Amino acid sequence: MLAGGLSLGAGLAAPPVRAEASGAKPEILTLVVNGDRVRLEVDVRASLLDTLRDRLRLTGTKKGCDQGACGACTVLLDGRRVLSCLTLAVMHEGSEVTTVEGLAEGDRLHPVQRAFVDHDGFQCGFCTSGQIMSAVGLLAERPRVTAAEIPELMSGNLCRCAAYSNIRDAIEAAAHLSREGE
Amino acid sequence: MDTFEYKRPGTVREALRLIATHPDAEIIAGGTDLVTLLRDRVRTPARLVDINGLPLDGLRWSRDGVRIGALCRNAVDDPRLAAAYPVLVRALRSGASPQIRNRATFGGNLLQGVRCPYFRLPEFACGRREPGTGCAAIEGDGRLLGIFGTSAACIAVHPSDCAVALLALDATVVVEGARGTRRIPVGDLHRLPGDTPHVEHALRDGELVVAVEVPASPFAARSTYVKFRERASYAFALASAAVAVHSERGVVRDARVCLGGVAPKPWRAHTAESALRGRRLDAAAIEAAAEAATAGAAPRPDNAYKVELVRGVVRRALTELLVK
Ligand SMILES: Cc1cc2nc3c(=O)[nH]c(=O)nc-3n(C[C@H](O)[C@H](O)[C@H](O)COP(=O)(O)OP(=O)(O)OC[C@H]3O[C@@H](n4cnc5c(N)ncnc54)[C@H](O)[C@@H]3O)c2cc1C
Ligand code: SF4
Ligand code: FES
Ligand code: FES
Repeated sequence: MLAGGLSLGAGLAAPPVRAEASGAKPEILTLVVNGDRVRLEVDVRASLLDTLRDRLRLTGTKKGCDQGACGACTVLLDGRRVLSCLTLAVMHEGSEVTTVEGLAEGDRLHPVQRAFVDHDGFQCGFCTSGQIMSAVGLLAERPRVTAAEIPELMSGNLCRCAAYSNIRDAIEAAAHLSREGE
Repeated sequence: MDTFEYKRPGTVREALRLIATHPDAEIIAGGTDLVTLLRDRVRTPARLVDINGLPLDGLRWSRDGVRIGALCRNAVDDPRLAAAYPVLVRALRSGASPQIRNRATFGGNLLQGVRCPYFRLPEFACGRREPGTGCAAIEGDGRLLGIFGTSAACIAVHPSDCAVALLALDATVVVEGARGTRRIPVGDLHRLPGDTPHVEHALRDGELVVAVEVPASPFAARSTYVKFRERASYAFALASAAVAVHSERGVVRDARVCLGGVAPKPWRAHTAESALRGRRLDAAAIEAAAEAATAGAAPRPDNAYKVELVRGVVRRALTELLVK
């Protein structure tokens, strides 16, 4: 079970004196992360990304740029794909967060994960958890997505290794599979 | 990042009180811009007011048009909106990325900070960020910066695509404050820098954007948005055009030609609109409008290419309307 309890987001400096003056103190936050309810104290400044990685030790979600430019930190927030580096954890009391660690059921990979393996949708793998989470979000938004639409609708996820054509093929295959399953 | 007090009001009234009672309060909506500004210490509020608990989302249709809540997300996917205001939905879809659009709100999009690289790096002088400190861009790299409406104090461009479309649609921003509700035409929301670049918009202290109203208009349905950028997607505009045309018996009665990525605010090209009025919308009229759209351009050597981009983007956008 994931349980926080420390007072500050790891990696953050202790709040300056001004914090005391303005009455800032850690906030108690409840999140449902990959189906588990977790309660933790967070620094109001902590991003959702740092909270997942440093506090909950869910390091599958990657930090590529920390400024919204790469998509490596994509997670599902209440079912929708978002960038976890561009939001503060404290803003999401009671929300459900799904990270790449939450996709597989035991040893059974999620169909999108399976498709990335089958179609060689990565090289170094750094962008992959973000790509997969974004693809899961895309298929929820648009189950009938066509191959031609995929590049634009996945344009929020950059891949330094340029595995783009295999990523597109993987998502097309996963879309096909999930439609057959209907 | 300096710390701050975090507040999440449940009503507009409570939100207004929280903003009004603290001189250093800042609103956060989607957070897709403000979180980076906080992290980079461009903004250092002492109180952060999270407005996501307010009932300000959704679209409300009436005979007069549509009212879009300030918290409505940029990913808005509504067939009626796409049919009534194609220029708006195209502008939204051309902005940022799907993940960002899922969080970004209408209010935040309109009030997002400029993307001038010096504005975002506190080690550089920037009078928009800190009044009276000068402008690193004037002597620096201005390739991505403005050719219209700039001043000796600031040459930044407003980055919003959505705002350019809203200008072409004669939209109004609905604002609430301690003294009640006001309506600001979207073209008056952003300020030209003049010698006070830090006065970025027309909101008074303590005011909150609650909605955007887009009127029903004869030209809204025949409208489009074209955006030129450095790559096919996920990039800010180098130059963009929101155009709308209303013709009767083949003759243009009224038109809107608005430009993005080239001025400190969404830029209305009145001369291009005049060039179209009273004419048939054909290749010659489009050429005249494209040329007229560059009237008043004052480029620098490093961004003179934007003048040609303006011609090209207006031509491309109006040409798309020929088949509509
Ligand atoms: C990588 C990247 C690429 C992008 N590309 C584009 C692009 O191509 N085109 C484009 O248009 N945009 C682009 N954006 C910008 C994006 O659209 C904005 O960040 C977003 O629209 C801001 O909305 P938000 O709700 O997240 O605002 P926030 O970050 O929450 O707030 C932004 C500002 O608005 C103020 N504010 C928010 N809501 C209100 C309100 N209701 N009343 C008063 N003040 C308010 C806040 O105080 C803050 O100053 C990009 C962003 C990133 C990170
Ligand atoms: S152009 Fe404007 S935003 Fe950029 S450094 Fe100069 S004053 Fe600042
Ligand atoms: S780490 Fe969030 S977009 Fe790059
Ligand atoms: S696989 Fe290396 S960055 Fe995408």
